Amino acid sequence: MMITHYLHKIASPAAFYLFCGRCLPWLIALFFIVLALGLYGGLVTAPADYQQGDAFRIIYVHVPAAWMSLFIYLVMAINAAVALIWRIKISEVIVVSSAYIGASFTFLALVTGSLWGKPMWGTWWTWDARLTSELVLLFLYFSIIALYNAYEDKRVASKAISILALVGVINIPIIHYSVVWWNTLHQGATVTKLDKPSIHIDMLIPLLEMAFAFNLYYLISLMQRARNEILKREFNSLWVKKLCQESSNE
Amino acid sequence: MADFSFFILMQREFKIASRSVQQFLLPISFFSLVVLLFPLGLNPSPQLLQTIAPGILWVAALLAILLSLDNLFREDYEDGFLELLVLSPRPLALLLAGKVAGQWLIIILPLLLIASLFGIFLGLPNHSLGTLLISLLIGTPCLMLIGAIAAALTVGLQQSSVLITLLLLPLYLPVLIFGSSAVQHASTGLSSNPQLYMLSSLLILTLTLAPLAMSAAIKISLSQ
Repeated sequence: MMITHYLHKIASPAAFYLFCGRCLPWLIALFFIVLALGLYGGLVTAPADYQQGDAFRIIYVHVPAAWMSLFIYLVMAINAAVALIWRIKISEVIVVSSAYIGASFTFLALVTGSLWGKPMWGTWWTWDARLTSELVLLFLYFSIIALYNAYEDKRVASKAISILALVGVINIPIIHYSVVWWNTLHQGATVTKLDKPSIHIDMLIPLLEMAFAFNLYYLISLMQRARNEILKREFNSLWVKKLCQESSNE
Repeated sequence: MADFSFFILMQREFKIASRSVQQFLLPISFFSLVVLLFPLGLNPSPQLLQTIAPGILWVAALLAILLSLDNLFREDYEDGFLELLVLSPRPLALLLAGKVAGQWLIIILPLLLIASLFGIFLGLPNHSLGTLLISLLIGTPCLMLIGAIAAALTVGLQQSSVLITLLLLPLYLPVLIFGSSAVQHASTGLSSNPQLYMLSSLLILTLTLAPLAMSAAIKISLSQ
Protein backbone atom coordinates (compact mmCIF):
# COMPACT_ATOMS: atom_id res chain seq x y z
CA MET A 1 0.00 0.00 0.00
CA MET A 2 2.79 2.37 0.93
CA ILE A 3 4.54 1.81 -2.36
CA THR A 4 1.48 2.31 -4.57
CA HIS A 5 0.61 5.42 -2.63
CA TYR A 6 4.13 6.70 -3.17
CA LEU A 7 4.02 5.85 -6.88
CA HIS A 8 0.75 7.69 -7.33
CA LYS A 9 2.22 10.72 -5.64
CA ILE A 10 5.37 10.74 -7.75
CA ALA A 11 3.35 10.29 -10.95
CA SER A 12 1.89 13.76 -10.66
CA PRO A 13 3.94 16.19 -12.74
CA ALA A 14 4.59 18.62 -9.90
CA ALA A 15 5.87 15.96 -7.51
CA PHE A 16 7.96 14.38 -10.25
CA TYR A 17 9.50 17.73 -11.10
CA LEU A 18 10.54 18.36 -7.52
CA PHE A 19 11.70 14.78 -6.97
CA CYS A 20 13.98 14.95 -10.02
CA GLY A 21 15.32 18.29 -8.92
CA ARG A 22 16.30 16.81 -5.58
CA CYS A 23 17.90 13.69 -7.11
CA LEU A 24 19.87 15.37 -9.84
CA PRO A 25 22.89 16.75 -7.89
CA TRP A 26 23.49 13.36 -6.25
CA LEU A 27 23.17 11.51 -9.53
CA ILE A 28 25.55 13.89 -11.27
CA ALA A 29 28.15 13.47 -8.52
CA LEU A 30 27.82 9.69 -8.64
CA PHE A 31 28.03 9.76 -12.45
CA PHE A 32 31.37 11.59 -12.42
CA ILE A 33 32.83 9.24 -9.82
CA VAL A 34 31.82 6.10 -11.73
CA LEU A 35 32.89 7.63 -15.05
CA ALA A 36 36.33 8.48 -13.64
CA LEU A 37 36.72 4.96 -12.25
CA GLY A 38 35.61 3.39 -15.51
CA LEU A 39 37.81 5.57 -17.69
CA TYR A 40 40.85 5.04 -15.46
CA GLY A 41 40.26 1.29 -15.45
CA GLY A 42 39.61 1.16 -19.16
CA LEU A 43 42.37 3.42 -20.41
CA VAL A 44 45.11 2.73 -17.85
CA THR A 45 44.81 -0.44 -15.81
CA ALA A 46 43.18 -2.78 -18.33
CA PRO A 47 45.82 -4.77 -20.24
CA ALA A 48 46.16 -4.18 -23.98
CA ASP A 49 44.51 -6.75 -26.18
CA TYR A 50 46.90 -9.43 -27.51
CA GLN A 51 45.60 -8.95 -31.01
CA GLN A 52 44.16 -5.46 -31.28
CA GLY A 53 46.62 -3.64 -29.02
CA ASP A 54 45.37 -0.40 -27.51
CA ALA A 55 42.80 0.13 -30.24
CA PHE A 56 40.38 -2.18 -28.48
CA ARG A 57 39.89 0.43 -25.74
CA ILE A 58 37.13 2.04 -27.77
CA ILE A 59 35.07 -0.89 -26.48
CA TYR A 60 34.55 1.15 -23.30
CA VAL A 61 32.45 3.63 -25.23
CA HIS A 62 31.11 1.47 -28.03
CA VAL A 63 29.63 -1.45 -26.12
CA PRO A 64 27.90 0.55 -23.36
CA ALA A 65 26.43 2.85 -26.04
CA ALA A 66 25.09 -0.14 -27.97
CA TRP A 67 23.61 -1.63 -24.79
CA MET A 68 22.00 1.69 -23.94
CA SER A 69 20.49 2.01 -27.42
CA LEU A 70 18.50 -1.18 -26.86
CA PHE A 71 17.82 -0.61 -23.17
CA ILE A 72 16.37 2.85 -23.81
CA TYR A 73 14.05 1.46 -26.48
CA LEU A 74 12.81 -1.06 -23.95
CA VAL A 75 12.24 1.65 -21.33
CA MET A 76 10.43 3.66 -23.98
CA ALA A 77 8.17 0.77 -24.98
CA ILE A 78 7.26 -0.06 -21.38
CA ASN A 79 6.42 3.58 -20.73
CA ALA A 80 4.44 3.69 -23.99
CA ALA A 81 2.29 0.80 -22.77
CA VAL A 82 1.82 2.50 -19.40
CA ALA A 83 0.95 5.78 -21.11
CA LEU A 84 -1.65 4.12 -23.34
CA ILE A 85 -3.23 1.93 -20.66
CA TRP A 86 -3.22 4.13 -17.57
CA ARG A 87 -2.88 7.54 -19.23
CA ILE A 88 -0.05 8.55 -16.91
CA LYS A 89 1.38 11.89 -17.98
CA ILE A 90 4.88 11.21 -16.71
CA SER A 91 5.13 8.11 -18.88
CA GLU A 92 4.20 10.14 -21.94
CA VAL A 93 6.97 12.56 -21.10
CA ILE A 94 9.46 9.74 -20.55
CA VAL A 95 8.63 8.20 -23.95
CA VAL A 96 9.42 11.35 -25.91
CA SER A 97 12.41 12.36 -23.79
CA SER A 98 13.92 8.89 -24.15
CA ALA A 99 13.56 8.94 -27.93
CA TYR A 100 16.08 11.75 -28.31
CA ILE A 101 18.58 10.21 -25.90
CA GLY A 102 18.17 6.78 -27.43
CA ALA A 103 18.78 8.14 -30.91
CA SER A 104 21.98 9.82 -29.68
CA PHE A 105 23.27 6.63 -28.08
CA THR A 106 22.47 4.64 -31.22
CA PHE A 107 24.32 7.19 -33.30
CA LEU A 108 27.26 7.06 -30.91
CA ALA A 109 27.35 3.27 -31.12
CA LEU A 110 27.33 3.40 -34.93
CA VAL A 111 30.06 6.04 -35.13
CA THR A 112 32.37 4.38 -32.60
CA GLY A 113 31.75 1.02 -34.25
CA SER A 114 32.70 2.49 -37.58
CA LEU A 115 35.87 4.05 -36.12
CA TRP A 116 36.73 0.71 -34.55
CA GLY A 117 35.93 -1.19 -37.72
CA LYS A 118 38.32 0.77 -39.94
CA PRO A 119 41.59 -0.35 -38.30
CA MET A 120 40.33 -3.82 -37.27
CA TRP A 121 38.26 -5.02 -40.22
CA GLY A 122 39.72 -2.59 -42.77
CA THR A 123 36.38 -1.03 -43.58
CA TRP A 124 34.14 1.69 -42.18
CA TRP A 125 30.98 -0.24 -42.80
CA THR A 126 29.92 -3.77 -43.62
CA TRP A 127 26.38 -5.03 -44.08
CA ASP A 128 26.79 -7.22 -41.08
CA ALA A 129 23.61 -8.20 -39.25
CA ARG A 130 24.38 -6.35 -36.05
CA LEU A 131 25.39 -3.17 -37.82
CA THR A 132 22.34 -3.23 -40.02
CA SER A 133 19.90 -3.78 -37.18
CA GLU A 134 21.55 -0.98 -35.22
CA LEU A 135 21.05 1.29 -38.23
CA VAL A 136 17.41 0.22 -38.43
CA LEU A 137 17.06 1.03 -34.73
CA LEU A 138 18.35 4.52 -35.46
CA PHE A 139 15.64 4.94 -38.08
CA LEU A 140 13.01 3.70 -35.62
CA TYR A 141 14.11 6.42 -33.21
CA PHE A 142 14.07 9.01 -35.99
CA SER A 143 10.55 8.04 -37.03
CA ILE A 144 9.32 8.39 -33.46
CA ILE A 145 10.90 11.83 -33.15
CA ALA A 146 9.53 12.94 -36.54
CA LEU A 147 6.02 11.75 -35.74
CA TYR A 148 6.10 13.54 -32.39
CA ASN A 149 7.10 16.80 -34.00
CA ALA A 150 4.46 16.53 -36.71
CA TYR A 151 1.58 16.80 -34.23
CA GLU A 152 0.56 20.17 -32.88
CA ASP A 153 -1.11 18.86 -29.76
CA LYS A 154 1.64 17.25 -27.72
CA ARG A 155 -0.64 15.00 -25.69
CA VAL A 156 -2.06 13.50 -28.87
CA ALA A 157 1.49 13.27 -30.21
CA SER A 158 2.54 11.29 -27.15
CA LYS A 159 -0.22 8.76 -27.70
CA ALA A 160 0.67 8.42 -31.38
CA ILE A 161 4.34 7.77 -30.69
CA SER A 162 3.39 5.34 -27.94
CA ILE A 163 1.59 3.22 -30.51
CA LEU A 164 4.52 3.47 -32.88
CA ALA A 165 6.96 2.53 -30.11
CA LEU A 166 4.88 -0.56 -29.32
CA VAL A 167 4.68 -1.58 -32.99
CA GLY A 168 8.44 -1.10 -33.13
CA VAL A 169 9.15 -3.22 -30.06
CA ILE A 170 7.28 -6.15 -31.58
CA ASN A 171 9.26 -5.63 -34.76
CA ILE A 172 12.75 -5.30 -33.28
CA PRO A 173 13.33 -9.04 -32.74
CA ILE A 174 11.77 -9.83 -36.12
CA ILE A 175 13.96 -7.25 -37.86
CA HIS A 176 17.03 -8.48 -36.03
CA TYR A 177 16.57 -12.13 -36.90
CA SER A 178 15.50 -11.45 -40.47
CA VAL A 179 18.66 -9.41 -40.96
CA VAL A 180 20.79 -12.14 -39.39
CA TRP A 181 19.26 -14.67 -41.71
CA TRP A 182 19.54 -12.40 -44.76
CA ASN A 183 23.20 -11.90 -44.09
CA THR A 184 24.06 -15.55 -43.53
CA LEU A 185 22.17 -16.43 -46.69
CA HIS A 186 24.16 -14.01 -48.78
CA GLN A 187 27.77 -13.73 -47.82
CA GLY A 188 28.28 -15.51 -44.56
CA ALA A 189 30.40 -14.09 -41.79
CA THR A 190 33.74 -13.15 -43.25
CA VAL A 191 35.23 -10.19 -41.47
CA THR A 192 33.17 -10.22 -38.34
CA LYS A 193 34.25 -13.65 -37.18
CA LEU A 194 37.41 -12.35 -35.53
CA ASP A 195 37.89 -14.92 -32.82
CA LYS A 196 36.44 -13.41 -29.73
CA PRO A 197 38.07 -14.81 -26.63
CA SER A 198 35.89 -14.49 -23.57
CA ILE A 199 36.83 -11.19 -22.05
CA HIS A 200 39.46 -10.95 -19.31
CA ILE A 201 38.26 -9.91 -15.86
CA ASP A 202 40.51 -6.82 -15.81
CA MET A 203 38.89 -5.68 -19.02
CA LEU A 204 35.38 -6.60 -17.91
CA ILE A 205 35.23 -4.59 -14.68
CA PRO A 206 35.90 -1.20 -16.35
CA LEU A 207 33.36 -2.15 -19.01
CA LEU A 208 30.69 -2.73 -16.39
CA GLU A 209 31.66 0.50 -14.66
CA MET A 210 31.30 2.36 -17.93
CA ALA A 211 27.94 0.72 -18.57
CA PHE A 212 26.80 1.87 -15.13
CA ALA A 213 28.10 5.37 -15.84
CA PHE A 214 26.18 5.44 -19.14
CA ASN A 215 23.03 4.36 -17.33
CA LEU A 216 23.48 7.18 -14.85
CA TYR A 217 24.02 9.59 -17.69
CA TYR A 218 20.79 8.42 -19.30
CA LEU A 219 18.95 8.90 -16.03
CA ILE A 220 20.36 12.41 -15.56
CA SER A 221 19.66 13.43 -19.12
CA LEU A 222 16.18 11.89 -18.99
CA MET A 223 15.32 13.77 -15.80
CA GLN A 224 16.47 17.08 -17.21
CA ARG A 225 14.57 16.58 -20.45
CA ALA A 226 11.49 15.40 -18.60
CA ARG A 227 11.58 18.45 -16.32
CA ASN A 228 11.78 20.74 -19.33
CA GLU A 229 8.95 18.94 -21.05
CA ILE A 230 6.79 19.07 -17.93
CA LEU A 231 7.33 22.81 -17.59
CA LYS A 232 6.42 23.30 -21.24
CA ARG A 233 3.22 21.29 -20.90
CA GLU A 234 2.11 22.66 -17.55
CA PHE A 235 3.13 26.26 -18.00
CA ASN A 236 -0.41 27.39 -17.26
CA SER A 237 -0.84 25.50 -14.03
CA LEU A 238 -0.64 26.99 -10.59
CA TRP A 239 2.43 25.18 -9.32
CA VAL A 240 4.56 26.27 -12.27
CA LYS A 241 3.56 29.88 -11.74
CA LYS A 242 4.40 29.58 -8.06
CA LEU A 243 7.74 28.03 -8.95
CA CYS A 244 8.55 30.89 -11.30
CA GLN A 245 7.68 33.45 -8.66
CA GLU A 246 9.85 31.72 -6.10
CA SER A 247 12.83 31.56 -8.41
CA SER A 248 12.43 35.20 -9.45
CA ASN A 249 12.29 36.24 -5.79
CA GLU A 250 15.54 34.51 -4.94
CA MET B 1 -26.95 -12.67 -37.06
CA ALA B 2 -23.72 -12.81 -38.90
CA ASP B 3 -21.64 -9.67 -39.04
CA PHE B 4 -21.17 -8.64 -42.64
CA SER B 5 -19.64 -5.25 -41.91
CA PHE B 6 -16.19 -6.46 -42.98
CA PHE B 7 -17.49 -7.39 -46.43
CA ILE B 8 -19.63 -4.29 -46.75
CA LEU B 9 -16.57 -2.12 -46.22
CA MET B 10 -14.65 -4.21 -48.73
CA GLN B 11 -17.40 -3.85 -51.29
CA ARG B 12 -17.47 -0.11 -50.73
CA GLU B 13 -13.78 0.14 -51.65
CA PHE B 14 -14.46 -1.75 -54.87
CA LYS B 15 -17.35 0.49 -55.80
CA ILE B 16 -15.30 3.63 -55.28
CA ALA B 17 -12.35 2.21 -57.17
CA SER B 18 -14.47 1.02 -60.08
CA ARG B 19 -15.55 4.62 -60.68
CA SER B 20 -12.02 5.91 -61.16
CA VAL B 21 -9.57 3.87 -63.18
CA GLN B 22 -6.69 5.82 -61.64
CA GLN B 23 -6.86 3.78 -58.45
CA PHE B 24 -6.06 0.65 -60.43
CA LEU B 25 -3.49 2.24 -62.70
CA LEU B 26 -1.39 4.27 -60.29
CA PRO B 27 0.30 1.41 -58.41
CA ILE B 28 0.96 -0.60 -61.57
CA SER B 29 2.36 2.27 -63.54
CA PHE B 30 4.61 3.16 -60.63
CA PHE B 31 5.69 -0.48 -60.36
CA SER B 32 6.53 -0.65 -64.06
CA LEU B 33 8.43 2.59 -63.92
CA VAL B 34 10.64 1.46 -61.04
CA VAL B 35 11.35 -1.88 -62.69
CA LEU B 36 12.17 -0.20 -66.00
CA LEU B 37 14.64 2.15 -64.39
CA PHE B 38 16.94 -0.63 -63.24
CA PRO B 39 17.95 -2.11 -66.62
CA LEU B 40 18.34 1.43 -67.94
CA GLY B 41 20.33 2.63 -64.97
CA LEU B 42 22.55 -0.44 -64.67
CA ASN B 43 23.54 -2.38 -67.75
CA PRO B 44 21.16 -4.76 -69.48
CA SER B 45 23.33 -7.89 -69.31
CA PRO B 46 21.06 -10.91 -68.75
CA GLN B 47 23.19 -12.45 -65.98
CA LEU B 48 23.16 -9.27 -63.91
CA LEU B 49 19.44 -8.74 -64.39
CA GLN B 50 18.65 -12.32 -63.49
CA THR B 51 20.55 -12.12 -60.21
CA ILE B 52 19.00 -8.83 -59.13
CA ALA B 53 15.51 -9.46 -60.55
CA PRO B 54 13.99 -10.77 -57.26
CA GLY B 55 15.22 -7.72 -55.40
CA ILE B 56 14.04 -5.30 -58.08
CA LEU B 57 10.57 -6.81 -58.30
CA TRP B 58 10.11 -6.87 -54.55
CA VAL B 59 11.43 -3.35 -54.04
CA ALA B 60 9.12 -2.12 -56.81
CA ALA B 61 6.11 -3.84 -55.25
CA LEU B 62 7.00 -2.36 -51.87
CA LEU B 63 7.29 1.14 -53.32
CA ALA B 64 4.03 0.79 -55.24
CA ILE B 65 2.20 -0.09 -52.02
CA LEU B 66 3.99 2.67 -50.12
CA LEU B 67 2.75 5.13 -52.73
CA SER B 68 -0.86 4.04 -52.40
CA LEU B 69 -0.85 4.36 -48.60
CA ASP B 70 -0.97 8.12 -48.42
CA ASN B 71 -4.47 8.09 -49.90
CA LEU B 72 -5.70 5.08 -47.95
CA PHE B 73 -7.60 7.00 -45.28
CA ARG B 74 -7.29 10.55 -46.57
CA GLU B 75 -10.61 10.95 -48.40
CA ASP B 76 -12.52 9.15 -45.68
CA TYR B 77 -10.88 11.43 -43.14
CA GLU B 78 -11.78 14.56 -45.05
CA ASP B 79 -15.42 13.71 -45.75
CA GLY B 80 -16.06 12.44 -42.23
CA PHE B 81 -16.58 8.78 -43.09
CA LEU B 82 -13.91 7.71 -40.59
CA GLU B 83 -15.75 9.46 -37.77
CA LEU B 84 -18.87 7.52 -38.66
CA LEU B 85 -16.87 4.30 -38.54
CA VAL B 86 -15.55 5.20 -35.09
CA LEU B 87 -19.08 5.98 -33.89
CA SER B 88 -20.56 2.77 -35.27
CA PRO B 89 -21.33 -0.02 -32.78
CA ARG B 90 -19.31 -2.54 -34.81
CA PRO B 91 -15.68 -3.06 -33.77
CA LEU B 92 -13.55 -0.46 -35.50
CA ALA B 93 -10.66 -2.89 -36.05
CA LEU B 94 -12.93 -5.16 -38.10
CA LEU B 95 -14.25 -2.29 -40.22
CA LEU B 96 -10.77 -0.96 -40.94
CA ALA B 97 -9.54 -4.45 -41.76
CA GLY B 98 -12.35 -4.69 -44.32
CA LYS B 99 -11.28 -1.42 -45.86
CA VAL B 100 -7.65 -2.46 -46.08
CA ALA B 101 -8.62 -5.85 -47.50
CA GLY B 102 -10.62 -4.10 -50.22
CA GLN B 103 -7.71 -1.84 -51.09
CA TRP B 104 -5.35 -4.79 -51.18
CA LEU B 105 -7.59 -6.72 -53.56
CA ILE B 106 -7.74 -3.70 -55.86
CA ILE B 107 -3.96 -3.45 -56.01
CA ILE B 108 -2.91 -7.08 -55.92
CA LEU B 109 -4.46 -8.54 -59.08
CA PRO B 110 -2.96 -6.07 -61.56
CA LEU B 111 0.27 -6.16 -59.58
CA LEU B 112 0.56 -9.95 -59.85
CA LEU B 113 -0.04 -9.83 -63.59
CA ILE B 114 2.49 -7.13 -64.24
CA ALA B 115 5.03 -8.64 -61.85
CA SER B 116 5.03 -11.97 -63.64
CA LEU B 117 5.36 -10.16 -66.97
CA PHE B 118 8.37 -8.19 -65.75
CA GLY B 119 9.76 -11.32 -64.13
CA ILE B 120 9.95 -12.84 -67.59
CA PHE B 121 11.45 -9.66 -69.06
CA LEU B 122 14.16 -9.63 -66.40
CA GLY B 123 15.04 -13.22 -67.16
CA LEU B 124 13.71 -14.96 -64.06
CA PRO B 125 13.62 -18.70 -64.76
CA ASN B 126 10.09 -19.94 -65.42
CA HIS B 127 10.06 -22.29 -62.45
CA SER B 128 10.56 -19.38 -60.04
CA LEU B 129 7.63 -17.32 -61.33
CA GLY B 130 5.22 -19.31 -59.18
CA THR B 131 7.27 -18.53 -56.10
CA LEU B 132 7.32 -14.86 -57.07
CA LEU B 133 3.53 -14.79 -57.25
CA ILE B 134 3.05 -16.72 -54.01
CA SER B 135 5.56 -14.57 -52.14
CA LEU B 136 3.82 -11.42 -53.38
CA LEU B 137 0.45 -12.90 -52.48
CA ILE B 138 1.56 -13.57 -48.90
CA GLY B 139 3.86 -10.59 -48.49
CA THR B 140 1.83 -7.71 -49.86
CA PRO B 141 -1.01 -8.02 -47.30
CA CYS B 142 1.65 -7.68 -44.59
CA LEU B 143 2.90 -4.52 -46.28
CA MET B 144 -0.64 -3.14 -46.58
CA LEU B 145 -1.54 -3.90 -42.97
CA ILE B 146 1.67 -2.49 -41.47
CA GLY B 147 1.40 0.46 -43.83
CA ALA B 148 -2.17 1.08 -42.77
CA ILE B 149 -0.98 1.61 -39.18
CA ALA B 150 1.37 4.34 -40.37
CA ALA B 151 -1.33 5.81 -42.62
CA ALA B 152 -3.74 5.86 -39.69
CA LEU B 153 -1.20 7.59 -37.47
CA THR B 154 -0.48 10.32 -40.00
CA VAL B 155 -3.90 10.84 -41.59
CA GLY B 156 -4.55 14.22 -40.00
CA LEU B 157 -1.08 15.60 -40.61
CA GLN B 158 0.36 17.91 -43.23
CA GLN B 159 3.52 16.19 -44.51
CA SER B 160 2.08 12.71 -44.17
CA SER B 161 3.70 11.11 -47.20
CA VAL B 162 7.23 11.88 -46.01
CA LEU B 163 6.37 10.68 -42.55
CA ILE B 164 4.83 7.43 -43.81
CA THR B 165 8.02 6.63 -45.68
CA LEU B 166 10.15 7.27 -42.63
CA LEU B 167 7.86 5.26 -40.34
CA LEU B 168 7.69 2.27 -42.65
CA LEU B 169 11.30 1.99 -43.74
CA PRO B 170 12.38 -0.04 -40.69
CA LEU B 171 9.12 -1.96 -40.35
CA TYR B 172 9.10 -3.18 -43.95
CA LEU B 173 12.56 -4.74 -43.84
CA PRO B 174 11.62 -8.28 -42.71
CA VAL B 175 8.94 -8.68 -45.39
CA LEU B 176 11.29 -7.44 -48.09
CA ILE B 177 14.10 -9.73 -46.94
CA PHE B 178 11.99 -12.88 -46.78
CA GLY B 179 10.05 -12.07 -49.95
CA SER B 180 13.02 -11.38 -52.19
CA SER B 181 15.13 -14.20 -50.76
CA ALA B 182 12.27 -16.64 -51.43
CA VAL B 183 12.33 -15.70 -55.10
CA GLN B 184 16.12 -15.73 -55.14
CA HIS B 185 16.21 -19.26 -53.73
CA ALA B 186 13.61 -20.44 -56.20
CA SER B 187 15.49 -18.97 -59.14
CA THR B 188 18.67 -20.80 -58.17
CA GLY B 189 16.76 -24.04 -57.81
CA LEU B 190 16.73 -24.23 -54.02
CA SER B 191 13.65 -24.74 -51.89
CA SER B 192 11.94 -21.51 -50.97
CA ASN B 193 9.66 -23.06 -48.36
CA PRO B 194 11.43 -21.66 -45.26
CA GLN B 195 11.07 -18.09 -46.48
CA LEU B 196 7.44 -18.62 -47.46
CA TYR B 197 6.71 -20.09 -44.02
CA MET B 198 8.33 -17.07 -42.39
CA LEU B 199 6.29 -14.75 -44.59
CA SER B 200 3.12 -16.64 -43.66
CA SER B 201 3.88 -16.32 -39.96
CA LEU B 202 4.50 -12.60 -40.43
CA LEU B 203 1.12 -12.41 -42.19
CA ILE B 204 -0.63 -14.13 -39.29
CA LEU B 205 1.06 -11.80 -36.81
CA THR B 206 0.11 -8.66 -38.73
CA LEU B 207 -3.41 -9.93 -39.47
CA THR B 208 -4.09 -10.36 -35.78
CA LEU B 209 -2.32 -7.31 -34.36
CA ALA B 210 -2.33 -4.63 -37.07
CA PRO B 211 -6.12 -3.98 -37.11
CA LEU B 212 -6.02 -3.30 -33.36
CA ALA B 213 -3.13 -0.88 -33.72
CA MET B 214 -4.88 0.72 -36.69
CA SER B 215 -8.09 1.36 -34.79
CA ALA B 216 -6.19 2.82 -31.83
CA ALA B 217 -4.25 5.04 -34.23
CA ILE B 218 -7.39 6.24 -36.02
CA LYS B 219 -9.00 7.17 -32.71
CA ILE B 220 -5.89 9.18 -31.78
CA SER B 221 -5.78 10.90 -35.16
CA LEU B 222 -9.43 11.88 -34.88
CA SER B 223 -9.06 13.15 -31.34
CA GLN B 224 -7.01 16.17 -32.29
